[in-house]
Amino acid sequence: MAERVLMKGNDAIAEAAIRAGVQCYFGYPITPQNELTAYMAKHMMEKGRTFIQAESEVAAVNMVYGAASAGVRTMTSSSSPGISLKQEGISYLVGAELPAVLVNIVRGGPGLGNIAPSQADYFQAVKGGGHGDYHMVVYGPSTVQEAADLTMKAFDVADRYRNPVMILGDAILGQMMEPLVFSPYTSIPVDKPWAVGGERKGRKPNLINSLSLEEGVIEEWNWKFKKKYDEMRAHELMVETVNTADADIILISYGSTARICRSVMVAARKKGLKVGLIRPITLWPFPYAVLAQAAETTKEFVVVEMSLGQLVEDVKLAILDKAALHFHGRPGGGIPEEKDIHEILEHVLVRKRQGNKITTRGTVIDWEVS
Amino acid sequence: MSMDKIFKRSPLWQDKPSPYCPGCGHGIVHRLVCELLEEYKLSDHCVFMAPVGCSILAYTFLNLDVCQPAHGRTPAAATGVKRARPDTFVLSYQGDGDLAAIGTAEIIHAANRGEHITTIFVNNAIYGMTGGQMAPTTLIGQKATTCPTGRSPEAGMGYPIHVCELLQSLGGVQYLARVSVHTAANVIKAKKAMKKAFDVQLNKQGFSLVEVLSPCPVNWGLTPKEALTFVDGNMVENYPLREFKVDGKIIMPAN
Repeated sequence: MAERVLMKGNDAIAEAAIRAGVQCYFGYPITPQNELTAYMAKHMMEKGRTFIQAESEVAAVNMVYGAASAGVRTMTSSSSPGISLKQEGISYLVGAELPAVLVNIVRGGPGLGNIAPSQADYFQAVKGGGHGDYHMVVYGPSTVQEAADLTMKAFDVADRYRNPVMILGDAILGQMMEPLVFSPYTSIPVDKPWAVGGERKGRKPNLINSLSLEEGVIEEWNWKFKKKYDEMRAHELMVETVNTADADIILISYGSTARICRSVMVAARKKGLKVGLIRPITLWPFPYAVLAQAAETTKEFVVVEMSLGQLVEDVKLAILDKAALHFHGRPGGGIPEEKDIHEILEHVLVRKRQGNKITTRGTVIDWEVS
Repeated sequence: MSMDKIFKRSPLWQDKPSPYCPGCGHGIVHRLVCELLEEYKLSDHCVFMAPVGCSILAYTFLNLDVCQPAHGRTPAAATGVKRARPDTFVLSYQGDGDLAAIGTAEIIHAANRGEHITTIFVNNAIYGMTGGQMAPTTLIGQKATTCPTGRSPEAGMGYPIHVCELLQSLGGVQYLARVSVHTAANVIKAKKAMKKAFDVQLNKQGFSLVEVLSPCPVNWGLTPKEALTFVDGNMVENYPLREFKVDGKIIMPAN
């Protein structure tokens, strides 16, 4: 039987990547993901694999570009300001069709911000933070166990589509210790006849780039990429739904915040309130159809996230005006509190929006696009 | 009278049009690289790292695996390729804007780590591909579209960066030389220096770099012949041709 271990999220992601066969890791110090880089320094070199502390996040992601070009499994990790620096490289990885795993242990921003947990990099991750049209699969793990499982899966998904994959965590997930079991992992082998380097043995030269100055070529590449994005939408979507069948109100949240919402849901159900939870596990592709379906029967939705309101826009796109949408968000390292979410549930379900206006900062009843 | 063929194009250079302007030095530098790859029988396990700049189009005619990363990041990507496939010969080809402006951090740290890569650094003192802007290596007084009255340190444009002099103190650097391709004799010397740089990588000694002074007549506003004279006078005067580091040891100037 697989051994149960107690690990920090950052360490668990690193160990999962090692078990998934990452050959080259490139990092740069930034809190709150430093344990991940330190774990890699300790364990990659002793396994004869590559660890480099790069001179910058920019250099690290371009080392990833090189290693991915040569056909090995490779990754980098960072936190928000560092991920901003990697955006150029992420766009190039997509443009050159290179598989790689990127980890963002999100902290409060904008700017240097702080080192507290945040989900304010949602837009950057799912809407394409770099230049050009692109998408990548983005996982938003909620537990240390899930972070490890999804990290392993991320390498397979990256290889399958020749596209980067992002793990979007936050400071809670990265720093928190939890028990987990590393599931026996079998890599899905993928041929990489496109890679550069190694013995050519008569094959034609390979080219890794994202440039063409010939008319129409880049448009054609984009159409080809779109087919991949459509495949990802069709096959990679992951979402958890809990207690939604009879729900009068559904909480929507991902990552660490979804755990807070889960506690709220359990307590509210004990009080007789019919509360459900929808937790997107892939933030891209996004479960628009699942939400739209839920909005056919449930008429009240509450989005909870650690930002001024990013996930809420995707939820609005999904449910449109089929249901009322409410929002509770805490930016810049603030963490939503259970009592504030309970207050919204009471206000909507029990008091039917009468009197006692909600004064909690960060709450918007009947959220609208503005 | 019989005619013997004593010179031919390297088979690594496919029979395709050159993207370079008349009088450009890149063609000569590419030829030397191809000849050495052939002589060392490296072409079957070599990755040519193409920069952003004129030589980005090397993939259109070189019969080599090519990896082309973002502007200035060539040494970082070359590091990734070499670490992933240590048995592969990694040739990193960069221009002055790529290496000495936007990619300054990457070249310094790849050199300092002693990455087992060989860099050919083509210094023509100007941005070619984007149409003749001031480069970090543009000479004082030299005109460019972004210094139309000439590079002026007094006007806040700084001084020409001397890459070999800058890199020689770094522990990971095994071989450093500055050469030129403006005369036949210099082309022969350039090839010898490149050969030593190749040897450093093949012997797993560390990082090697050869800076090549190269003419860019179109963006200098000169005829090809005038451009050679500019290299011979102005360029060589400012950028002395010599070895700066051999076997990891700093070579002092002759006088």
